[in-house]
Amino acid sequence: MNPANFYALIGIGLFSVGLLGLIINSHLLKKILAINIMGSGVFLVLVALAKRAENLPADPVPHAMVITGIVVAVSATALALSLMLRVASETGHATLPDEVEK
Amino acid sequence: MTTLIQAKSPIPNTGDSMNRRTLLLILLLPLLVIFAAGLGYAVLLLPEQPQYLPNLVIENMDQSGVSHPVTAVLLNFRGYDTLLELVVLLLALLAVWSLNIPAARHKAAPNEVLDTLTNLLTPVLILVTAYLLWVGAHAPGGAFQAGSVLAASAVLLLLGGWRISVKLAGLPLRIILMAGPAVFVIIAVVTLLLEGQLLKFPPAQAGQFIVIIETVATVSIGATLAALFLGARPTATSNEVANEIDGEHK
Repeated sequence: MNPANFYALIGIGLFSVGLLGLIINSHLLKKILAINIMGSGVFLVLVALAKRAENLPADPVPHAMVITGIVVAVSATALALSLMLRVASETGHATLPDEVEK
Repeated sequence: MTTLIQAKSPIPNTGDSMNRRTLLLILLLPLLVIFAAGLGYAVLLLPEQPQYLPNLVIENMDQSGVSHPVTAVLLNFRGYDTLLELVVLLLALLAVWSLNIPAARHKAAPNEVLDTLTNLLTPVLILVTAYLLWVGAHAPGGAFQAGSVLAASAVLLLLGGWRISVKLAGLPLRIILMAGPAVFVIIAVVTLLLEGQLLKFPPAQAGQFIVIIETVATVSIGATLAALFLGARPTATSNEVANEIDGEHK
């Protein structure tokens, strides 16, 4: 297995772990962290697969996409955290309503 | 703020809910393993590395104004993406500000280590910002990396109890936040007039255009990320709180 595939599989592992965390945790902070882990997995897959062939230079287009993606992920996380704070200050707990009923 | 984050989950941690969680986990794990295996199989099945797009980048490098392919893609070949991304950052900040969340009131305890570290690191981080910005033309680096480092130094200052002064919190801050996208749009219009196409840099001046955009964008990205970290919009009242804390320090 070449290094690119190895790192891409690690990225898929991160994505899956994040997905599991997103589903089983009800606290919104944990959900936001899980989404960030999923995002890191996607970035790792993109960066790794940009250089699959040994004798070719890395493809710069996915690398540029990851740079923009990271910054968008940071701002989206900040927005999500603010929404969480707002939910917490309105309802008193940082979970979504449908999870409270059960 | 910390009390809100630590707000307890309303589901009591009784044996019943633990059982539900374990059951969910047992049900989910096989599904997730199948899902991950499918994704992994898809990655291993991918065809050979494509040639067309990378070759297109490499063939046109001499027209891009920079010598690092990632920077060329970001600022020149796909400049439209980058322009809109700066707008996304600004939009996220607007959304955070309009949520009107309570201002963080964490008191920074007077701490010699933190103060000394902040004093030492802030100039170094600003220097690293400038280096990353400049090196982006021919090596990994550029506006986003430099902006992130700048934001990190601002976050360090904010954690140390520093707040933006009242005089700068209004219009000057907004001008700094807007400068990146605004300069980008102005240059887009200039290229429209010069070359007849949006963001089509003339090869001879592409380098200068990119440096101008990147420099202003770095400052804007740094300020936006730091403002996102702060959360609440900096106002006169939040400054009073900070000044009170400062007063307690001394």
